[in-house]
Amino acid sequence: MNPISVHKRTDPLTWPAALILGLAIVLSLSVSALLLHWQDKPARDALVILFQGAFGSWHALEDCTIKAVPIFLCSLGVAVAFRLQVWNIGAEGQFAMGAIGATWVVLQFPQWPAFLLLPAMMAAAALGGGFCGLIPALLKVRLRANEIIVSLMLNYVCILFLEYLVYGPWKDPVSFGFPMTMVFPPAAIVGAIGSSRLNWGLVLALACAVGFWIFFRFSRLGYELKVCGESPRVAGYARLPYHGLVIAVMVTGGALAGWAGFLEVSATLNRLQPSIMVGYGYTAIVVAWLARLSPASIAAASLLLAGLRVGVENLQLEMQVPAAFGGIMEGVLLLTVLAGGFFVRYRVRWRGFS
Amino acid sequence: MTAELLLPLLAAAVQTGTPILYATLGEILTERAGVLNLGVEGIMMVGALAAYVTALATGHAGLGFAAGAGCGALLAAVHAQVCVGFRGNQVVSGLALTILGTGLANYLGTPYIGQSIPGFQRTALPLLDQIPILGPVFFRQDPLVYLSYLAPVFVWVALKRTTWGLNLRAAGEAPEAVTAAGLSFARLRWSAVVLGGLLMGCGGAYLSLAYTHLWSTGLVAGRGWIAVALVIFAFWHPGRAVLGAYLFGGVMAFQFRLQALGTHLPSSLLLMLPYLLTIFVLVAASVRRRGQAPPAALGVNHEPPD
Repeated sequence: MNPISVHKRTDPLTWPAALILGLAIVLSLSVSALLLHWQDKPARDALVILFQGAFGSWHALEDCTIKAVPIFLCSLGVAVAFRLQVWNIGAEGQFAMGAIGATWVVLQFPQWPAFLLLPAMMAAAALGGGFCGLIPALLKVRLRANEIIVSLMLNYVCILFLEYLVYGPWKDPVSFGFPMTMVFPPAAIVGAIGSSRLNWGLVLALACAVGFWIFFRFSRLGYELKVCGESPRVAGYARLPYHGLVIAVMVTGGALAGWAGFLEVSATLNRLQPSIMVGYGYTAIVVAWLARLSPASIAAASLLLAGLRVGVENLQLEMQVPAAFGGIMEGVLLLTVLAGGFFVRYRVRWRGFS
Repeated sequence: MTAELLLPLLAAAVQTGTPILYATLGEILTERAGVLNLGVEGIMMVGALAAYVTALATGHAGLGFAAGAGCGALLAAVHAQVCVGFRGNQVVSGLALTILGTGLANYLGTPYIGQSIPGFQRTALPLLDQIPILGPVFFRQDPLVYLSYLAPVFVWVALKRTTWGLNLRAAGEAPEAVTAAGLSFARLRWSAVVLGGLLMGCGGAYLSLAYTHLWSTGLVAGRGWIAVALVIFAFWHPGRAVLGAYLFGGVMAFQFRLQALGTHLPSSLLLMLPYLLTIFVLVAASVRRRGQAPPAALGVNHEPPD
């Protein structure tokens, strides 16, 4: 006789979500500490460095916010797609295409003034990212091709395309052979807010968050999306345009990820180079699953994971811990939250041996 | 003249396709039991590193291979626990596994970058290697390739000719029937996921032990994802997986040849070929689906009756 009995709850609990996330963070920190200890690195100091690097100072918090912006933008689209049971794994490639689109505008029209150039860059980034989201969506609804694999393969293709451009036609002739474009003219750069290191991309992200909230709260399309996500059967009876919704969600998500790419080239790097690809698109998947559909929780999760990245960078600087360390923490975090969901949906009782 | 060019290319196709073949067979076994494992990429990374480190430390390539397979199974067990034990979302768990596995391998592997190991070397099979065409293509390879010829047969026999395989397929098609027959549904899925992970680990181990003979960060380079796509191309049959794996091996080998010859085509564009081919193959397999549907309960977590 199985000593443990498991029953599905009629109403899933809501309160343990924060507890599970807390536990997941503790577990992922413990695994990290264990791994550091195993490599003869002082684990406790490392965790302190990680935390201080992420949230310990004004400077760190600024870093965190700067990194949270592209993660947040990528996550919005991924989160909506997840809600529709569409698995958009392609934020990384859409991000790359956005960066490429924005850079193309700069290289074509370097003499344009900022009020023309920046909107044109945003439009091109949205087009690039959106196009990259459209391909898996179209292949899914027309030919029933698995969107997970198509969007993931496009990540590789887009990153290679970016490399082709910066190693080849777009290479700056005065870069001493380094794969990078020329430095953007000042008109193509999204500036800092006041004297802080934060840039106006933060405002763009906030605007997107508000737009996202209004869209789901008040628009008909937003309501249909919610219904489709919560119950595909009801959506079928109500004759909601599922295919159209999938395409809309993927293209919008692609455009948002494209904007993240635009902000990275324009505000952070001021040029296009391969080091722009640091895996924000993959982190966005973790964020989207942790936060589900409210923009506030997506923002909170973006900040958390951005903090993790900044902390790991600090760790890399101070203790020569490879950057890949962040992946371990993200993976453990996500797996724990997934496993923890079990206790939200099921009642587990100890029956004892009989 | 053409044979002199073509035969080495075909032999290279078999070699390059071998890690993909192992991984595809692992994923077929897993998916036939109804579990989608998108962690292949991460599992292969960990398998490759474990195999490499073990071979470097002990000097035995065989031990390395076993370590790669074992670590693959271990990581797959995490997926099994989350999906089968805790009924978590299979897609997300797989993605998390890929993020975790890639991070783990790159983190632990950093000190080893650039050191090469002897690993497995080419050894021609006597007599068989004298067969015209087939000999040079199939029988002048390393021992792990020969082992991979047996793997599809093993998976086919296990799935189609054993009671375990029948039950396992039932777990992928009709979970209620498994429970009704008084079998442990969870145990069946567990065993499939872990054995599948073992094969994926073998694929990763092949890369570091016999393909590159060294460890590098981007070693797997999307082969795990290609394997996931090939399962659909193969319609969940081990036999067609062989075809698909060698097709991809061929394209990759061809692309490396072309690069080595020094064409005018930039290498970044050439490197796109396998990924574009994956999309193409996937679309082709999705369009003409004549009764070759995926396991009915694939990706669905079964709710056992109370």
